Amino acid sequence: MSSEALRAPDPYRLEPRPTGEHGSPAVTGHGAGGPAPKRIVVGYGFWIFLLSDVIMFASFFAAYAVLFKNTAGGPTAEQLFDLHNTAVETACLLASTFTCGMASLAVGQRSQKWTQIFLLLTGLLGFAFITLEVREFLSLVHRGAGPSRSAFLSSFFTLVGCHGVHVSAGILWLGTMMAQFYAKGFRQDIRHRFLCFSLFWHALDIIWVGIFSLVYLVGTLPPELLP
Amino acid sequence: MSSEHEFDAGSNVGEDRAPGATGPEHTLGQEVGGYVFGLALAVGLTAASFWVRSTDLVYGPGLAMALLVLAVAQMGIHLVFFLHITTDPDNANNVLALAFGVLIVCLIVFGSLWVMEHLNHNMVPMQELMRMQR
Repeated sequence: MSSEALRAPDPYRLEPRPTGEHGSPAVTGHGAGGPAPKRIVVGYGFWIFLLSDVIMFASFFAAYAVLFKNTAGGPTAEQLFDLHNTAVETACLLASTFTCGMASLAVGQRSQKWTQIFLLLTGLLGFAFITLEVREFLSLVHRGAGPSRSAFLSSFFTLVGCHGVHVSAGILWLGTMMAQFYAKGFRQDIRHRFLCFSLFWHALDIIWVGIFSLVYLVGTLPPELLP
Repeated sequence: MSSEHEFDAGSNVGEDRAPGATGPEHTLGQEVGGYVFGLALAVGLTAASFWVRSTDLVYGPGLAMALLVLAVAQMGIHLVFFLHITTDPDNANNVLALAFGVLIVCLIVFGSLWVMEHLNHNMVPMQELMRMQR
């Protein structure tokens, strides 16, 4: 390298590019306009976390699929699961993901009233989901089909229970978001936290789509129809 | 002078936007409409999954695959309309990370099923094992 290049003001091109507005979302992803705005970076970082969470769930899905037939002479999925309960749980979670989207629009409009209303609805629907799930788990344990009964039931409780723990943690997070919007207003850092929360909540619904389709709907098919 | 155009891409990127993308040029009504449309599609696909499971109209051995396809379609709907994973230039990194995530998920799930299927196939049957231990 010549000494000419080292004396240049910005040899490694760390400064914002002259083209475009600094930090403007209009030019991100095109290698122009300097670093991306913080909202994009925060969302990206949290998205990486969510993908690692999804990979963890994929391992539990794989364990469930592998251990599905190892019922150790105990009850099978077909005998245990009540699809009506699953349908109501699915409706609750889908509605809560929609109200969470509405809450993020309300935050965009800086409306304290609608933000709190939609977040409360999201939390109540999430709570209804958790209540139904806990009731289902208790009824399974009472019927002697607890997690220690067979490898199939261990993997079922791990997969679905892990999703339930995520939803419960999400409800706690949602409560703190409501309090922060109420006490601190629509500050930029609070809005970034809320962006992460809404990504988390929507991602949990995607995991649930996998659970209700594969664990409940495919799992309860008669054995001769299973692949 | 081709080198002049290399950094010009930023000037007109606002035009390549996907249906779920939110930006300053969308009104509140359009954004609400996007969520409602996404919800309608998700509800439709969920209802289709439960309907396919309860009806006799679908060829039995194909049911599991039909449910898998409906699930993947609904995940796609959620990604586009609720998580706003789009073709927006903002989203290029998110899409690449998602593609890598999907690769790892497929390796884990289908790899486990594949390996364990062969292991089970090559195992000594349980009754045989019991007889040998006697």
